[in-house]
Amino acid sequence: MREITYAQAINEALHEEMQNDPLVVCLGEDIGVIGGNFGVTKGLLTEFGRDRVRDTPISEDAIVGLSLGAALVGVRPVAEIMFSTFLGCCMDEILNQVAAIRYMSGGQCSIPLVIRTANSLGRSGAAQHSGRTEGWIMHTPGIKVVIPSTPYDAKGLLKTAIRDPNPVIFFEHAIAYYSIKGLVPEEEYSIPLGVADIKREGKDLTIVAYSVMVKKALEAAEILAKDGIEAEVVDPRTLAPLDMETILNSVKKTHRVIVASEECETAGVCAEIGFRISNEAFDYLDMPVERVATADVPVPYSPPLEKYMMAKTEDIVGRARKLMGREE
Amino acid sequence: MVPNKEKPGKAVGTHKATLNKEKNAELYESMLRIRRFEEAAIDIFSAGKIPGFIHSYIGEEAIAAGVCGALEPTDQITGTHRGHGHCLAKGMHMDRMMAELCGKATGYNKGKGGSMHIADFSKGVLGCNGIVAGGVGLATGAAWGNQIKGNNKVVACFLGDAAMNRGPFHEAVNMASIWSLPIVYVVEANGWGISFSTKDAIHLTDLSERAKAYGIPGVNVDGYDVLAVYEVALAAITRARESQGPSLLVCNAPRMRGHEEGDSQSYRPKEDIEKAKANDPLRRYRTILLSGEILGEKELKVIEERVDAEVKTALQFANESPFPIPEEALQDLFVEEV
Repeated sequence: MREITYAQAINEALHEEMQNDPLVVCLGEDIGVIGGNFGVTKGLLTEFGRDRVRDTPISEDAIVGLSLGAALVGVRPVAEIMFSTFLGCCMDEILNQVAAIRYMSGGQCSIPLVIRTANSLGRSGAAQHSGRTEGWIMHTPGIKVVIPSTPYDAKGLLKTAIRDPNPVIFFEHAIAYYSIKGLVPEEEYSIPLGVADIKREGKDLTIVAYSVMVKKALEAAEILAKDGIEAEVVDPRTLAPLDMETILNSVKKTHRVIVASEECETAGVCAEIGFRISNEAFDYLDMPVERVATADVPVPYSPPLEKYMMAKTEDIVGRARKLMGREE
Repeated sequence: MVPNKEKPGKAVGTHKATLNKEKNAELYESMLRIRRFEEAAIDIFSAGKIPGFIHSYIGEEAIAAGVCGALEPTDQITGTHRGHGHCLAKGMHMDRMMAELCGKATGYNKGKGGSMHIADFSKGVLGCNGIVAGGVGLATGAAWGNQIKGNNKVVACFLGDAAMNRGPFHEAVNMASIWSLPIVYVVEANGWGISFSTKDAIHLTDLSERAKAYGIPGVNVDGYDVLAVYEVALAAITRARESQGPSLLVCNAPRMRGHEEGDSQSYRPKEDIEKAKANDPLRRYRTILLSGEILGEKELKVIEERVDAEVKTALQFANESPFPIPEEALQDLFVEEV
């Protein structure tokens, strides 16, 4: 196995799936000639040509609308929406069209469509370029939500998403693209949707985290280990479908749990997972479910402001100590 | 229609189509099926047999009949919230449509879509759409998919004049233009967006001039005249099929009834409604067929009796069909993988 970046892993998945199936096409803003705003689609245009790799105008609504229509006639589009905040520019297509058409038609059609997009909190993007919008989509029945934390997961899950006959929104992370590296086999593999992965085993408490929060959870676990607290880190990897079984099994073992996300605190992914844990594993809990998320404000620009409102490694450590009765 | 790259927006219909007897009979039956279906739907809506709400296609029949009459059976369409006419003209059956309106298990969408969302993918009806301009991106994408697959299919995308003011229309038509997609945008200009008149909503007397903005041909046609609609539609469809790109057809057909059933139209001058009714496109076409000796009274009667029987059967089918079992609400969300 070799070590590659998160961006490279996604790039490889796109190359391989386009090689495997001539009906896989890519479209989006700046994905062709310059290989994407984040360089994730580099080389696709050269290898597959303009018919299959389409630079589009700045028209997010049409990118999603056209992808849906093409999927309905049997093409397998992979659309890129540059920043996940821009999902707001095509939200009608996502909520009222992509998510609804199959169900509303009584199951007459399949929609083999992937929308790739990038969360991007922590880059001084301010409110309009610092998305973490996976909760919007998790709240929308009819769309699968994939949100990998490692290069290995990103590649394996994207390949599965592209082969899935249902719509998938695939949340990447702008900070992960080049800062997160990992071992990825050169041989063919894929990862099924709806299967969580235990990123670190531990017996004292569970940290449920996804996307870049997994890295922070692992950092927190290292710090906690020095205090003799062994944290288990569970990465659901996909939010819809959600592998509650693995999460619950971990909680039943540790009896304490923190759910960590970059989202706003209110009405988000943490709230949903937290509720299900409370509801389904109440008898196993020694302490109430804890949450680490970001403050309920639009994301500020200036680094000290942004850092203050973000979910941080030390927030996880602090909550963990509280759960363990080790508050200083 | 004469596609004219130099002068987009100036293309006009020649209105000289001479169709044979069979084609005229087909167009008349297509219009009549819509009219009688809608009359029956309004009746049972008033009787409380249709939940939700319905938007009648009465007055717009010449548009769906003319456009779908010029399509091949394998071509595709998207409809609007006022979409019963689109479905019928594309060959969908009255019985399963009426059942869908009534929320029955035997409806095209198993009772999950209702009036505004009827679809029959097997007939190329990629769905009516309850969001104004909601079908425009989808239709354009289907045209893109057809282009990728090289299957020679054309998409007709129906929309209302009010939809021309929505962003998705702009984005999708622009994309169709730059990618030269095989699609025809058919605007049913009924003059109203619920209570807001198009005159107040768009500062143009000829809506087809908007085609200029996209560098595609646009044509203005009398949407009450099925032969005129058929002619310009056929030209636009042929152009699309020959890989020359999209066109914009603006079919002017003043709304004969309210926005939806139960709309009193208090906002609309009485004369405006009366004028629309006086120009009834179905009556007009029937007169043309008779006076031009294209079809005789006897032949028209045969068609009319056939359509009446179809409506009667559809009403009975819908009435006798069961409602879906409640648990059906949880089915059809995803394609389950084998």
